Amino acid sequence: MTSRGRELAGFTLLRIAALFVLLILVIILGDIIIKGMGAISWGFLTTVPTNGMTEGGILPAIIGTFFVTLITAVLAVPLGIFAAIYLNEYAVKTKMTRLIRLSIRNLAGVPSIVFGLFGVALFVRLFGFGTSLLAAGMTLGLLTLPVIITASEEALKTVPNSYRDGSLALGATKWQAIKTNVLPSAIPGILTGVILGLARAAGETAPILFTGVAFYLPFLPDSVYSQFMALPYHLYIMATQHHAIEQVRPLAYGTALVLIILVFSMNLIAVILRSYFRRKAVR
Amino acid sequence: MNRFKEKLYKTFFLGNAFIVVLILAGIFILLIKNSLPAFSKISVGEFLLGPVWNPGGYDESSFGILPIIISTLMVTIGAMLFSVPLGILTAAYIAEVASPREKEIIKPVIEVLAGIPSVVVGFFGIVVLGPWIAQIFNLSNGLNAINGSILLGIMSLPTIISLAEDAITAVPDDYRQASLALGAGKWTTLVRVVIPAALSGITAAVMLGMGRAIGETMTVLMATGNAPAMPKSFLGSVRTMTATVAIELGEVPFNTTHFYVLFAVGLVLFIMTFLVNLASDIILQRYQEVE
Repeated sequence: MTSRGRELAGFTLLRIAALFVLLILVIILGDIIIKGMGAISWGFLTTVPTNGMTEGGILPAIIGTFFVTLITAVLAVPLGIFAAIYLNEYAVKTKMTRLIRLSIRNLAGVPSIVFGLFGVALFVRLFGFGTSLLAAGMTLGLLTLPVIITASEEALKTVPNSYRDGSLALGATKWQAIKTNVLPSAIPGILTGVILGLARAAGETAPILFTGVAFYLPFLPDSVYSQFMALPYHLYIMATQHHAIEQVRPLAYGTALVLIILVFSMNLIAVILRSYFRRKAVR
Repeated sequence: MNRFKEKLYKTFFLGNAFIVVLILAGIFILLIKNSLPAFSKISVGEFLLGPVWNPGGYDESSFGILPIIISTLMVTIGAMLFSVPLGILTAAYIAEVASPREKEIIKPVIEVLAGIPSVVVGFFGIVVLGPWIAQIFNLSNGLNAINGSILLGIMSLPTIISLAEDAITAVPDDYRQASLALGAGKWTTLVRVVIPAALSGITAAVMLGMGRAIGETMTVLMATGNAPAMPKSFLGSVRTMTATVAIELGEVPFNTTHFYVLFAVGLVLFIMTFLVNLASDIILQRYQEVE
């Protein structure tokens, strides 16, 4: 082959690879959107499952996912932001800082099922929370923590040093400079990272399997110590554990679509926030 | 007074950051603490190298995790065979070929792919990929190692693509220009100069993708069939370490040997992913120092 021909063939191969990745996404989403649309109705979103989960809706799963994500946020958001403030504003290159950074990177790589085991050992048993919203939410919180720290630190990094120096030059203390000058301009970026992290938590299944999620609960949780239904687990049940799998397939598709819509609209909000504030910053 | 307050703030933020270290240490310690009782009943050798996983055996239980380790490795290798070439080619496309407009399309595609919950990918394996595989290979059902491999490959693609792209983009333009000036074509420059220069970053990307694949639970749980026997081929049903814990932990009573053994499986999993991530980290670190 001439070098011209080889060049053409090579770059075509690269283009095909990229198109193939695009195709994978289109097939996955296309199948779920097309087959899930038919199942979604107002009733599906607002009623409890009935008749051995062969009919009815997914309201308890939606509510459960909302509450468990809320607990995740309560634990992981302040902790994550404070940790990021330390790393970006205070930390100098010491062994301690390196240890903290190494831990964050490794925590991000811990398998989700291992977080589940840890949640059982720590929250369910040692802390005595039992299998509950609280135990599951905290387990998810730990899993989300590295995402929130990393995103918040990125946001803090984008704040120009002149903001800090200007404030310090006027006699402000370090904390005052952070509070009045650094944080306000980093908040949009932090918010974006937080939403992305929570979207991931909302779609997780393995960490909540043994820490609080329930197969079927036709009522809504009334305290943080209740068990709960959740969208991802409900999809797992409807897809693999139900006694009449073929019959409930449309319900499984509907659940998958609702879960995807939930996760992607959170992502979308994050992206819109990001571009909105970026444009504002340019002006 | 102000000094004191400032110091307090700093300590407070440090405390919050240090919690991450405690969590990681806590995971390790609690996994060990909950695994140890298992080894009063079985030996470490039996556990790691035993060829039979039959924890609920009627006469005698058997806790050999070799079959589930091999299943995990099989599915992971399968996933890498799929995602490494595809991921690197796509990364090279984004970094070297794509126009800004094409980048604006493909980058969000990868972000969206990364955002699909694993349980949805598993569901896709059951309802779409499984039937396809069954038809192509003439099987009764398509829930097997190859299905899990492809799904895990898809799930590790975003990690591999975005990190490999960073690595390729980070190669200084001088390298490209020097190669072009010597008369090499663009393709030759990419394959002989740019990719080799980015190799350590690409390796780190692959390792990180591999760590993801080893630890992924829901997709393999849903798509690989979960037969706990020694795997025979990619067309057979396999059960990974993650799936084993997911299936069995909900059913065992607390404080039984079986319960402790499942924590030991978690410990092995933790160590495996820790080492893979650490290796990726070391490679990245060294590569940043060289720059």
